[in-house]
Amino acid sequence: MIERFAKFVRDTQVWQSLFRHGYPDNDRNQSLIMFSSVLLHLHPVKIKRSALRFRYTMCLGGMSAFMFLLLTFTGIFLMFYYVPDTRQAYHNIKDLTSNVFMGGLMRDLHKWSAEAMVFLVWAHMFRVFMTGSYKAPREFNWVIGVLLLTFTLLLSWTGYLLPWDQLALWAITVGTKMAEATPFIGYAGPWGQQLGMRVDNDIRFLLIGGTVVGQNALLRFYVLHCVALPVLITAGMVVHFWRIRKDGFSGPL
Amino acid sequence: MSERHTTENIYPRNQKKSYALMELVKGQGFQVRKQPEDTVFVWPHLLYIELIAALVFLAGLLWVCTFKHAPLEDMASADTTPNPMKAPWYFLGLQELLVFFDPWLAGVVLPSLIIVGLMAIPYVDINPKGVGYWAWKERKFAIWTFIFGFIQWWIFIIIGVFFRGLDWAWYWPWDDWHKHKSASGASLNDMNVILHGWGLDAVAADWLTYLLVIGYFVAFMVLPALLWRSFSRQLGMARYVTVWSLMALLWLSPVKVFLRLGFNIKYFLVTPWFKL
Repeated sequence: MIERFAKFVRDTQVWQSLFRHGYPDNDRNQSLIMFSSVLLHLHPVKIKRSALRFRYTMCLGGMSAFMFLLLTFTGIFLMFYYVPDTRQAYHNIKDLTSNVFMGGLMRDLHKWSAEAMVFLVWAHMFRVFMTGSYKAPREFNWVIGVLLLTFTLLLSWTGYLLPWDQLALWAITVGTKMAEATPFIGYAGPWGQQLGMRVDNDIRFLLIGGTVVGQNALLRFYVLHCVALPVLITAGMVVHFWRIRKDGFSGPL
Repeated sequence: MSERHTTENIYPRNQKKSYALMELVKGQGFQVRKQPEDTVFVWPHLLYIELIAALVFLAGLLWVCTFKHAPLEDMASADTTPNPMKAPWYFLGLQELLVFFDPWLAGVVLPSLIIVGLMAIPYVDINPKGVGYWAWKERKFAIWTFIFGFIQWWIFIIIGVFFRGLDWAWYWPWDDWHKHKSASGASLNDMNVILHGWGLDAVAADWLTYLLVIGYFVAFMVLPALLWRSFSRQLGMARYVTVWSLMALLWLSPVKVFLRLGFNIKYFLVTPWFKL
């Protein structure tokens, strides 16, 4: 009875349009699923048995990507309850921790997976260096990887301001203070004032939209954190994964 | 019955014939123009590992969330300045460098050079050995250089996180972190002032500091070529210059820390535009 019903469902046009092949429990379907699924085709169909060994990659790259997915998921949840307004932001976060169902957990998860991602991306880079995996033909993928590390740090840093508490305000004040020391385009940097840089037209002013960290800075960091940087890092990840599939893996993979 | 035996039964070997059925292999698909290989299907073997790793990691994170909550202090206020002001932990290494360098170097130029230097690695490493496995012996120079930089980054972070308290002074874990430390007794001097104190004419002392700094970079450019000739020739001009100018910068922080702590030197070069 159930068998017949299952067969009826599998034969419908709707099912057939969704799945191009049967359940992947034989060689043919195990190959087809890797070809026909846009997400799965990041993988090859087959890999060497030795590639399954944990101690070569230690899952560091994969877990970095997983952290990004988890951060996207929890981040979207947080966005429903957050307004980037200096009068509201802090209270939104307070509400999240006390009044919103699962709000505290989502915030904690977002925070700790962000810290984990920073650490994992670093560790992944260390592993790739130690196993010499950046050598030809994968040189450019290493360059993309360095960019992804930079984006990861910037994402974490821009998110640091959003709770709008003392920790956030002053950490970002310290950080952006550095920007005014940029040579040529910061007013406190070498050759800055000679080139006409003032406190209200230099690179720091551009970054925080004012002379102190305030409403404009919060809005800028919010947009960078939730839109601009995620788009950039996603583009970088797409290239990173594409290139490693096309250039081939190093070593036992 | 073994597979070999089955094969023999189906197609007995005939010594007079130049062809024979070699082996039957279990499987459900065709193997056309394939070498014998030790591979497995990604579905399910690798996907299971990925799923398990993700679940284990998620479980670990959820476990952390049960006892450690994301910090939230008082609402941001421009009226109260915390002491010390600390950047997020992953940037505390750079903030710690502010003790030794001016902000344009510690906050802007050195981080940018770290990024550029990291990107340059695959293009200056011409050693073809050690790809795809954990190798020490075949890549000593590359690995020591990388670890030298990596350790610097982490040491400065650890100092910034665990040993810097009020007024960014050095605090041991057992110190009273609520009590201000008295300013250090040693007074810092610039290199040209020290040289002037030794009896050199002020202008000559200035010039000497310029020469010393230029000499530092020139030494990194010249000495390796003399010490490791064949290695330098293999590298070629462009790679050689890139490697050793980055190496000079990699040594900049340790040298500066050494001169500061050992000889109380604040800047070793003072120009009208910047100080180093």
